[in-house]
Amino acid sequence: MNRIAGVLALVVGLYGWLYLSNPAQFNLYVVVDLLNRHGFFGILSLGVGVLIITGGIDLSIGSVVALSAVSFGVLMRQGVPPIVAASIVITGGIVIGLIHGLLVTWGGLQPFLVTLCGLFVYRGLARTVSGIGEKTAEQTVSLYTIRNAAPESAGAMDWLRAVFVGKGSDGGLTIPMEFLWMLGLAAALAVILHGSAYGRYWYAIGYNEQAARYSGVNVTRHRIIVFVISSLGAAAGGIILLLDFASVDPASDGGEFELLAITGAVIGGCSLRGGEGTVLGIFLGSAILPAINKLNIFLGVPNTVIPIVIGLTLLIGAGLDEWLRRRSSRN
Amino acid sequence: MLTLPLLAVSGVCKQFPGVKALENVSLALSAGEVLAVVGENGAGKSTLMKILAGLYRPDAGEIYLSGQRVTFAGPAEAMQAGISLIHQELNLAENLSVADNLFLGREPCFAGPLRLINRRAIQTRGAALLAQVGLNSSLLPRPVHRLSPGQKQLVEIARALGQDAKILIMDEPTSSLTQTETDRLYEVIARLKSQQVSVLYISHRLAEVERCADRAVVLRDGRLAGELPREAIRHDQLVRLMVGRELQQFFPQAEHQQAGPAILRIENLRYAGGPASAVSFTVHAGEVLGMAGLVGSGRTELAEAVFGIRKRSSGNIRVAGKPVTVRNPREAIRAGIFLVPEDRRLHGLITAASVGFNLSLPNLTSLSRTFLRLVVPQRERSLHRLLIQRLSIKTPSARQAVRLLSGGNQQKIVFAKWLARGPRVLILDEPTRGVDVGAKAEIYRFIKELASQGVAIWMITSDMEELLGIADRVLVMHEGKLAGELSRAALSEVAVMTLATGGAST
Repeated sequence: MNRIAGVLALVVGLYGWLYLSNPAQFNLYVVVDLLNRHGFFGILSLGVGVLIITGGIDLSIGSVVALSAVSFGVLMRQGVPPIVAASIVITGGIVIGLIHGLLVTWGGLQPFLVTLCGLFVYRGLARTVSGIGEKTAEQTVSLYTIRNAAPESAGAMDWLRAVFVGKGSDGGLTIPMEFLWMLGLAAALAVILHGSAYGRYWYAIGYNEQAARYSGVNVTRHRIIVFVISSLGAAAGGIILLLDFASVDPASDGGEFELLAITGAVIGGCSLRGGEGTVLGIFLGSAILPAINKLNIFLGVPNTVIPIVIGLTLLIGAGLDEWLRRRSSRN
Repeated sequence: MLTLPLLAVSGVCKQFPGVKALENVSLALSAGEVLAVVGENGAGKSTLMKILAGLYRPDAGEIYLSGQRVTFAGPAEAMQAGISLIHQELNLAENLSVADNLFLGREPCFAGPLRLINRRAIQTRGAALLAQVGLNSSLLPRPVHRLSPGQKQLVEIARALGQDAKILIMDEPTSSLTQTETDRLYEVIARLKSQQVSVLYISHRLAEVERCADRAVVLRDGRLAGELPREAIRHDQLVRLMVGRELQQFFPQAEHQQAGPAILRIENLRYAGGPASAVSFTVHAGEVLGMAGLVGSGRTELAEAVFGIRKRSSGNIRVAGKPVTVRNPREAIRAGIFLVPEDRRLHGLITAASVGFNLSLPNLTSLSRTFLRLVVPQRERSLHRLLIQRLSIKTPSARQAVRLLSGGNQQKIVFAKWLARGPRVLILDEPTRGVDVGAKAEIYRFIKELASQGVAIWMITSDMEELLGIADRVLVMHEGKLAGELSRAALSEVAVMTLATGGAST
């Protein structure tokens, strides 16, 4: 609870500062846009957050986002109906998570290593896949070219865009649908993590995998499940990315998203040692990155310093938490 | 006396929470002498050695080296003074070479700010050190993990010699050695003696003590029980000094039960790390089967094999006559076999989590609905209340973190979490280790109560009082094999120790 209060104070402070720095510019459009950014990173952070709670980690998220966005676009470009294409990509996310989980549990490999390899492999796949059916080996995937290649899909694509992003066919953002989907995901995960037997098993594995095993928990199965959740979040993120930004560069888009997702989860109270973290905390933690971004724009600070600010925020937050923890354990 | 002893310990005391580990222990060691320190598990041998090696500080008493009073702030200072502890679990960096290990932390360096390592000095000095323990210098570049246990032991001794050790403390040095390696170790010890190096040899393998010690002291319950000169060191003499104390009266006076039908039947079990010969035995309903043996005799490994943690290569497990498949703890639990593990902080409990979290963990199936496996808070609360009351666990609430409770209350939680599952077979591995006297009595009462309800209890224990106090029948293990069985009538401390130390059954 202490931790939640701390993150909440940080979120309120940042958004308050953001408002005060330029009340005139803080209009409805900015709010909706901020909410959507929060929604997007929240989906990634929630996915990796439950994995971190079991003591795992996923470094492949950014590359899975890119691979999913590119595959989604290329499938549609080849004439696959958008809803079918989205289903294929989601299934692909599940398969990737299964592979990670099996390599970690049966293969005995470390999560860090497995997903680090994934980071490279999926990025390469994204770049390779992007050139399918094109003259160049690597090709930016955009809704515009898809519309030209498969005009019959345009209607379904617009519908998906309205449902998952909240943007109309003119590109105007009205309802922050990404945020609403993230809220739905957070609610579902909160029920599972904090209310069901599965959530207990995840915490137990994160705290002490051996003791969980000695208590009869099916450690293998549950470690695989959380890897699937993480990759599923990334695959959904990829679909949303293409629909939102209308164009995806296979070489760079999604880059560092895994680190931003982990940052959100860790600021929100997930310990990289496992066993700690809450859905509410991750929800709040992932609100911080969009605010920092926007604040830099409002204050007119060049966006080159944004990574510095993010890094220092995480360091100070984690440092403060450790300091509080030591102080309380001494008393 | 004209010459002062090399090492003299005078009136050393050490207290741990709930136990007096050492009380007023004094001994002396001369240069070039091999002094054996013998005693049962928990007699205080290890504590004494750790004090000498600077790992613990004594509460009272003095240590003298060549007549000079010394105090050690840490193992580095003890080493500086010439005392080296050769650990039971070897203390080498497995991924480094033999040469690197020999000089770890005090590498010979060239002068200059870079402190570049002088490889040639390592080579020549390393070869000399290895020669002292009878190892070939060709081993120098070999990574330690590729050595046999015996070679590792000798490398550790060589490293101690490189630090000018005058006194070597060997804690169960032969526990993982083969017979030839053991013989080799004795040759090295003989050579060290001739170089005036002294050895404190801790072992409960009495045959070894007979063979290599110049003198033996026996510890019992933290006190010096006696001392035997070379010619008086005999198996029966040592056992007589090791045992012989009165049982305290906190064991339940319950009449020892007539055993019911066999519940757990182990047939021809072979398992990873176990003995070559197969193990078979049965545990009956309503009995407490005690399993005695020295530390390292393979009792925990056997329990792990039955609970599905250790891989089995052959054999059957039957519960109430029916063969059961047990490939992991989940299947063991389903078959009704539950384990209270030896290391409760590592395997028994999630100490960072709450009392309630731990009590619920193995019971979540019955505490949750079928729909989404949602946990029902009312069911959970009433289970917590019931179990906390049933075992009188002293905790402010079920939300208290387990790590803040005493060892006794922690152990009660390990028992309690299995209780709601209705165990048929309960394996207890050192059920009262690190538990205070009051909680011990409660745990004993509870074990007897479960037995009277028809649970088959298999209790592994190194605590002799406990064994004599509540076991209905005792199996003794020695080096992974069942060395013998003692009925309640034949049960005595001498009989157990004789079997446990490899003596013949009477």
